[in-house]
Amino acid sequence: MAKLPLEGVRIVALPVVFAGPFATMLLADLGAEVILVESVHHFPTITRGYMPRPPQFLVPTTGATFGGSGGIQTYVNHWAGDRPWDRFVMFHALGRNKLSCCIDITRPEGVEVFKRLVKVSDVFFESNAADTMEKLNLTYDVLKGVNPAIIYLSMPGLGCTGPHKYCAIFGAQLQALASHTWLTRYPDLDYTTTQSLIFHSDAASGATAAFAILCALRHRKRTGKGQFIDLSQLESVIPHIGEAIMDYTMNGRVQQPLGNRHPFMAPHGVYRCLGDDGWVVISVSSEEEWQGLCRALGNPSWCKEERFSTSLNRRENQDELDKYIEEWTCRHDNYEVMYILQKEGIAAGPVLDQRNVFRDAQLASRGFFEKVSHREAGTHLYPGMLWKMGKTSISIRKPPPCLGEHNDYVFKEVLGMSDDEIAGLEKDKVIGGDEYMVESIF
Amino acid sequence: MLEQALSGVKVLDLTWHIAGPYCTKLLADYGADVIKVERPGKGDPARAMGPFFKDDPHPEKSGLFLHLNTNKQGITLNLKSATGKKILKQLAADADILVESFSPHVMPGLGLDYQTLEKVNPRLVMVSVSSFGQTGPYRDFKASEIVEYAMGGEMYSTGIAGREPLKLGGNVIQYQAGTVAAVATMGALYTAEDQGTGQHVDVSIMETQVGTADRRIMYVLSYIMAGVITTRWPPPREAVRMLIMPQGVYPCKDGFVNTLSLPQWWPRYIEALGMPELKDDPRFQNIYSAEAGMEFDAIWYSWLADHTKDELFEIFLKSKIASAPVNSPEDLLKYTQLKAREYFVEVEHPETGKVTYPGAPFKMSESSWKIRRPAPLLGQHNEEIYCGLLGYTGEELIKLREGGII
Repeated sequence: MAKLPLEGVRIVALPVVFAGPFATMLLADLGAEVILVESVHHFPTITRGYMPRPPQFLVPTTGATFGGSGGIQTYVNHWAGDRPWDRFVMFHALGRNKLSCCIDITRPEGVEVFKRLVKVSDVFFESNAADTMEKLNLTYDVLKGVNPAIIYLSMPGLGCTGPHKYCAIFGAQLQALASHTWLTRYPDLDYTTTQSLIFHSDAASGATAAFAILCALRHRKRTGKGQFIDLSQLESVIPHIGEAIMDYTMNGRVQQPLGNRHPFMAPHGVYRCLGDDGWVVISVSSEEEWQGLCRALGNPSWCKEERFSTSLNRRENQDELDKYIEEWTCRHDNYEVMYILQKEGIAAGPVLDQRNVFRDAQLASRGFFEKVSHREAGTHLYPGMLWKMGKTSISIRKPPPCLGEHNDYVFKEVLGMSDDEIAGLEKDKVIGGDEYMVESIF
Repeated sequence: MLEQALSGVKVLDLTWHIAGPYCTKLLADYGADVIKVERPGKGDPARAMGPFFKDDPHPEKSGLFLHLNTNKQGITLNLKSATGKKILKQLAADADILVESFSPHVMPGLGLDYQTLEKVNPRLVMVSVSSFGQTGPYRDFKASEIVEYAMGGEMYSTGIAGREPLKLGGNVIQYQAGTVAAVATMGALYTAEDQGTGQHVDVSIMETQVGTADRRIMYVLSYIMAGVITTRWPPPREAVRMLIMPQGVYPCKDGFVNTLSLPQWWPRYIEALGMPELKDDPRFQNIYSAEAGMEFDAIWYSWLADHTKDELFEIFLKSKIASAPVNSPEDLLKYTQLKAREYFVEVEHPETGKVTYPGAPFKMSESSWKIRRPAPLLGQHNEEIYCGLLGYTGEELIKLREGGII
């Protein structure tokens, strides 16, 4: 087996919310030593929780929360415990393979420790609002002075320059800005009914940021030079709707949302199935597939009607067509529809809720979920690697770190601090574990 | 001139449609030399997909294809012919990376599986992007954007309660898979460059969804760790409200805005609305009150109706409330921030002239993103690659053409 690709690459990271943590997760999966610099005094929003110690009524057992749906604000077994920041599910989703140390970088003594860490690192990664690093006086110009070969990536919502650079927004607003929201709605309803709880932009800009770091690492390997990467989350997700942009720039056309329909495929949509909230999606892209669909449904007489005879006719008469198809799907379980239609070569699949995707045969057969034991959360199966490599054994090597779990490693082994020095800084609460957050929070 | 980060990386690109081509576009736009291999005659099926320049359905005028294939050289090659296979192996022998996005049975069926190509080039990184992965019971199943989103992605909770699940607009799942595939490719390139070992990378679009996209990874883990099923929600107006402050999409004078609230932001809303009297209003003393939220809505909606989405954006920016206009693609093209950062780029193409394209997804201070050439015409670089790179003569090229090989 080959070594992990990024073995020996050290990344100091201040990632918040979703996009940055996701980017650094991908780099950690590839073997980079990602050290989260956290604080026992400052709590970044929606990273290890919405607040350090949520009152129990905000640790819901149902889906209802102020932040959106249940999955966003869940604590392990709905119990925040003594260390809620170690039990926040969102952190667990993105924390694997990373290390955590606590340094208060708002104080000069903490800044010194932080700079020592930057000096022995390859990459500094942050996903805060554009003014955060300026306020801390830890901009690229400053850290370049500490380590001239450092790769420094900032990924604020709207980039590091321009009149709106200080705009601090989350995924929901970002996708509104990026016109992803514009393209996603039921055609018969207006945007006020669009629940913006699915944030494609976070995952998109996160993966793009990981790619950016890999590009810069290669550049440095060849030239010895570090650099600054200015990643505007908005700009990184616009290419994902490139065809809508091109339609406007080529034809002056503003694309409108199609719901579950498609510009040229028909039938194309979601159909009700047996069971509670059971749905299947079907898309037919060719005459051959249409014939397959007719066969699968037992060649009912409506299949032969003139209004469904060509792909153009089917597209024009989709409402009627969909009713006929749904009459059939309603009598079947959604997996059953998938197997029947796939046998005829048609793209079809169940709309999987979280329970069913966890139990899905394909993911199980590929060993997608990996067992992880965590000090505060217990043992669970976690979603695993996003791709498989033939000769490199990527996996969840380490559970998501507890706050400050790797202080000893970072301060002693990486920075070579003496016990006295550590004790002094701990006493002044410049560095340390999470124990005084527990004391000082109320 | 600044060197590009991926200068000197040689990529053989057998991808088509969206996911694979977006992966190789990222590589090409940051400097890799990408040779796109298309089937003779029709080429990449994306050439037949709209939108088309001036709505003319011409294989060189697909906006989708033009966007996805910038900076690539294009050749045609019939991989079903013996000569075609031989040529592909010659090209693979010289490449650092081969990316393909066929159904998993296709490359082995052509006798071009990794085991074969590894013998030709042990350092080769071969990346296969497929709907469900190279193994497993769904390996040969067909998929499409909506199927990937339904099975891998978070379609189940997209949309509103009482209605059917809703697909995300466009083809964003394919783009996301392409982006993740680019990360995987770079990881394997590292191993090849540092350790001299090539390998096969298996990217399943379904797994790129379950493992990341939108909130899927979190919602799945919330089920595993707490039994939570996240489903479609009522729209904000009827939502089970837990705060005074609004959450979601609201109408304004000329469109819609999206806004988000955290419990500690009530003072920011008071400031944004310019209504200091709300601070002491007895109705709004408990920010966790849903009833108070309904009361606040009356004030909120009428205030919004007096402002345009761009005015609201500026007001919320000042008050540090996370809010944004619901932009159309047209609004994006006109957005001052993107203009100030010179985001969009003009690309000259022989069939369309100058057209504006999306620009760099990130800016690097020392190694640039740039358009060196537009998307290739079908077979545009046959002569350059076959004669210039592989040393075929002009006569042999004619024979290849006559034989339907290229």
